[in-house]
Amino acid sequence: MDTPSGAGRPAAGPTARRGRPGLHPAVRYLGGRVLTAVVSLLAVMVTSFFLFRVLPGDPVAALTQGRSVSVDQLEAMRRDFGLDQPLPQQFVDYCLGMMTLDFGMSYQYRVPVSELIAERLGPTLLLAGTGTVIAAVLGLVLGTRSGWRRGSLMDRVDTGIALTLWSVPSFWLGLLLIVLLASGAGLFPTSGMSSPGVEGTFAVALDVAHHMVLPVATMVAVVYAQYMMIMRSSVLDEMGADYLTTARAKGLRDAVVLRRHAVPNALLPTVTLIFLNLGRVVSGVILIETVFAWPGLGSLFYSGLRVPDLPIVQALFVVFAGSVIIMNLLADLVYPLLDPRVRT
Amino acid sequence: MSAPADPARGSAAGGAPVLSTAGLQIAFSGRSGRAAARAVDGVDLEIGAGEIVALVGESGCGKSTLARALLGLVRPTAGAVSFHGRGLVYRPRDLKAFRRRVQLVLQDPTGALNPRHTVYDAVAEGRRIHTGSTADERDHVAEALSRAGLRPPERFFLRYPHELSGGQRQRVAIAGALILQPEVIVADEPVASLDASVRGEILQLLLRLRDDYGLAALVVTHDLGLAWNIADRAAVMYLGRVVETGTVEEVLAAPRHPYTRALLSVLPESSAGEQQILAGEPPDPTRIPAGCRFHVRCPVLASGAAQAAGVADRCRSEDPGMLGGSPGVAQVACHWAHAPEPEPAEWAGPG
Ligand SMILES: Nc1ncnc2c1ncn2[C@@H]1O[C@H](COP(=O)(O)OP(=O)(O)O)[C@@H](O)[C@H]1O
Ligand code: SF4
Ligand SMILES: [Mg+2]
Repeated sequence: MDTPSGAGRPAAGPTARRGRPGLHPAVRYLGGRVLTAVVSLLAVMVTSFFLFRVLPGDPVAALTQGRSVSVDQLEAMRRDFGLDQPLPQQFVDYCLGMMTLDFGMSYQYRVPVSELIAERLGPTLLLAGTGTVIAAVLGLVLGTRSGWRRGSLMDRVDTGIALTLWSVPSFWLGLLLIVLLASGAGLFPTSGMSSPGVEGTFAVALDVAHHMVLPVATMVAVVYAQYMMIMRSSVLDEMGADYLTTARAKGLRDAVVLRRHAVPNALLPTVTLIFLNLGRVVSGVILIETVFAWPGLGSLFYSGLRVPDLPIVQALFVVFAGSVIIMNLLADLVYPLLDPRVRT
Repeated sequence: MSAPADPARGSAAGGAPVLSTAGLQIAFSGRSGRAAARAVDGVDLEIGAGEIVALVGESGCGKSTLARALLGLVRPTAGAVSFHGRGLVYRPRDLKAFRRRVQLVLQDPTGALNPRHTVYDAVAEGRRIHTGSTADERDHVAEALSRAGLRPPERFFLRYPHELSGGQRQRVAIAGALILQPEVIVADEPVASLDASVRGEILQLLLRLRDDYGLAALVVTHDLGLAWNIADRAAVMYLGRVVETGTVEEVLAAPRHPYTRALLSVLPESSAGEQQILAGEPPDPTRIPAGCRFHVRCPVLASGAAQAAGVADRCRSEDPGMLGGSPGVAQVACHWAHAPEPEPAEWAGPG
């Protein structure tokens, strides 16, 4: 920690720190992270190919179920899907396709998978984004309150509620909400993202918002606990810090000590975690989208799994895992900007 | 930092103390049925204007708790803290006004400075709390930094604590206290976490601040050499109680309490006879012994010297009591030290 120039004389600055000759430490750090991310992505691509091929089920049989088709027709379909090729050849085609973001044709929809993904991405981001923002804000506020007043009745009640909801399966909670508030009380639509026949920007927005209430509520209820518990423990970690005592001893009111000193420092690990979670959020909404028939990537994945529609599930697996990897990378890159101690 | 401070400089003997405690007790309630920890268990202490008082004692004896109580950061279980003779009022508004005039410097400047605040923000904070942001804030920050020995101050404004050395960080912490122009600084082991090479500089700084601005200080330390070097008076604390007070010469050159003697005997440069390594378990504020609280570890009692003086029974059963805070007189809480010196052989003990 000590700068080489010694006490009493200011050091020449952080850049004066000795690094290995050649590369700036920041470049080395960045390069290392990016390399790790690329390797992980490649591993995910390979896994995705083999994982869904060991799944039981024959796509051709599933798609032709209940119809009388000739052996020739079946053969034609197989050839169409490229399933007549030997596995190594399929793998090479798959890899070449991935490199060019060509995920192939969906077996069941007969359109390019990339088109399907583009179409479904918006609704998923809308749902997952709204849910994450609300859950994060709720978690941060409640977690700060709980940590600052640890052991109080409020802390125990808030923590208890959060952990109970956290342990509830999201599809169960979603179904319960549908039964109670949608089909039951008729307050909200039971499924989908929009109602037919609604026109005008404002009316459409309102209609979508109305459809979003239950899925978003389900998602928030199930995930806010993790943000809350992490913020709570970060605040607890900071509570014993001497700089809070210093601030109090200077005459700062308790509420301001919390706001100005404890929260910014406690936020650091929490924000990192929120970033890490962003990637997982997208895959986490699969169940919720399925329950609420939300036209996003999650329900697309579900419909792909049933066949199995290999191009769809392969591509989405890579997209889901890739978003986790990219968010990890982003968290690694953002962390140094937030914390002056690791700024290089 | 060679000669002991001249006690005449401590002007406390005349006027009323600036900061004082009377019968101060602080107990931390034990978790789930365990006994409460009486971290501070009856302390009278006075700090006069421009006076440097050293509070010495082993780790765990309650020094930090006492220091925090002096700032109103911990509320006393019993007794009171007074500032210029008036008891502290624990209302936010009154505490705030009080904390403008008494400041705290902690042991470890790495923890005591917010890692995300620049030096400028750290030093300016106290002033912003009490006077808001003013146009001349920059000048005040610069002046506080130079008074704390960081020159030229502008070079430090935008630094973060982790870019500074330990000694520089402690100077920043001190500057943060100085900007409020306090009357008293309570420094809790201000150099204990620093390299030996910069300790002297920080102590010099405290002495100079006293000389130049009449700043009084309570310096908490477990280092007797440090107390000798900078303090006018010393108070020796054992298990929540001050057991000996007086000028540094009285306490450190002619110690009367067996605990003080034992502390001094283990110093390398000690001339006070053989080393006395204190036996017995380390003191535990949840179980303060009856009688003299030091009696289970007291070498004088163990060696039979207390018996010879006829006070051994009192050592075990009678609390020697609290010392008054008054700075004029050297005091000691020990039956043996108070026993008449040449013992008449037929003296039969108390009662
Ligand atoms: N907040 C607290 N809760 C419970 N016990 C405490 C607390 N603070 C201090 N103590 C106890 O009080 C005693 C004195 O501690 P402290 O004042 O830090 O001593 P020192 O500064 O002399 O080392 C110790 O036994 C410590 O365990
Ligand atoms: S009163 Fe007795 S036990 Fe206590 S310090 Fe003095 S001699 Fe030792
Ligand atoms: Mg301490």
